[in-house]
Amino acid sequence: MIDYIKLASSKSKGKRPYFHDDPAVERVLNITMAVAGELAVMRERMDSIERILEKKGLVLREEIENYVPDSKEIEEERQTWHSEYISRILRIVQQEMEELENPDKSIEDIANDINEM
Amino acid sequence: MAKNIPPVWNKIAKHAMLPETTHDERARYNFLANLNKHLAHVSQGNKIAYETRVEPKFEKKHGRAIRDTKELGQEIAKDPHYQIWSSLRRSTMEMRQQAGRSIVLRQAEALRDKARTLNAGKASLVLDSNCEIPAYLLAVDNHLMPGSYHTELIEDDVTPAANYDSGIFVTTAGLLGRYNDGGGKAITNWVRKNDPNFNPKRILDIGCGMGHNVLPIARAFPDAEVIAIDTGAPMLRYAHARAMDLGITNVKFMQMDAAKTTFEDESFDWVQSTMFFHETGGKSIYKIMNEVYRVLKPGGLTLHIEQPQYTDDMSLFEKFIRDWDALNNSEPYWSKMHDIEPLDLMKASGFKEEDFMQIGAKAENDLDDGSQNAEEPEDHGRSPIWNVFGAIKN
Repeated sequence: MIDYIKLASSKSKGKRPYFHDDPAVERVLNITMAVAGELAVMRERMDSIERILEKKGLVLREEIENYVPDSKEIEEERQTWHSEYISRILRIVQQEMEELENPDKSIEDIANDINEM
Repeated sequence: MAKNIPPVWNKIAKHAMLPETTHDERARYNFLANLNKHLAHVSQGNKIAYETRVEPKFEKKHGRAIRDTKELGQEIAKDPHYQIWSSLRRSTMEMRQQAGRSIVLRQAEALRDKARTLNAGKASLVLDSNCEIPAYLLAVDNHLMPGSYHTELIEDDVTPAANYDSGIFVTTAGLLGRYNDGGGKAITNWVRKNDPNFNPKRILDIGCGMGHNVLPIARAFPDAEVIAIDTGAPMLRYAHARAMDLGITNVKFMQMDAAKTTFEDESFDWVQSTMFFHETGGKSIYKIMNEVYRVLKPGGLTLHIEQPQYTDDMSLFEKFIRDWDALNNSEPYWSKMHDIEPLDLMKASGFKEEDFMQIGAKAENDLDDGSQNAEEPEDHGRSPIWNVFGAIKN
């Protein structure tokens, strides 16, 4: 059996062109677009599930469309999920802010400090 | 209703060789087709950025206009819109290859076995292990397809063709129709309309790939002996199996280099190629055309569907953006081929100027239900409108 996972992502011949001044931008953009693609895939899957459930008479898609939390507990659960999710994906922005607020020593400096401790 | 929504991938015509797909694999293709369409719109911003930012800035600094496409390329490379569009487009094309390969490579053995069953004992598939892959194909992976058309990851591999077949629908957003055969259909219709009495007995298709464009020709002329050649064995195995499953039995698929075929002089009534020459090389293109001339009967017809040519009235920007795919979607010879006048190419092989013809062709699309008719920006390098050149040999 071939390693289809690795081979599927193989590079093609020729030096890859980079269009941004910093190749890191290109790298992050490519990863982001791949994730965007997977979100679209998941959205299509959800759509299939909803339609199948409706076809089988288990749920009306209108019910899903009109659903709003009907208890304080559910409201909080859902908003907490959003909060966690956003914090997770914007982690680096938060960390950069913390660094701004509390300028830190480098780990090499800390290693030197510790060496004296 | 939104304009110009690309058809969902599952509209693609089913046949025994088409790889099996999961729900998410189809969804991934749907995402990519839409992303391609979207980026064709984003591409419009390049012209605006060029005209309002890049060009004025250059002229102000240097006191003269941008001279050529090379200079234009250097200047526009600094523009943020061009940068983001370029990187998104490149990324989309790489994702399309990844998506296709992840579908076909996981079922490589199963696809191979299906082809073996359909091809078993058939004299209409002739592979030649001594056929050398031309250097121009070894030098690059055309349209970023790792391993190109010829690489075999397993014995009797067909995955390069399965990837091509399933993915071209995504790249072109379905504009070539359910069988991806809009080019072959267009040329067949043109030939029929132009000369209703044309009754070719022997037809040669060069650089046939997975055979998608030769099948409409074979279907239109069922009594003709049709031969389709390519150097990629995986493409031919798949093409033959696909044709068998689709019930088309008058095509013989042979592994052969178009620059040095084994056919007799003056033995074909029609020699056809579809989107082939721009994936060859600067010297080979002349050798291949010599071969076309040699094997064509007097009075025989040859037609070649190709990318649009550059014209004198085309702006620098237009030429530049047309080259984008050639260089960044790895179809490098395309960036050179437009320096050759098709007439000169054909005259060099012996065709006469008065017998030369050049026409435009638009893909026949059996999926077009009218929803794709709205005005769309041209997707350079992807549009289903081509230049066709050719001649009658006299």
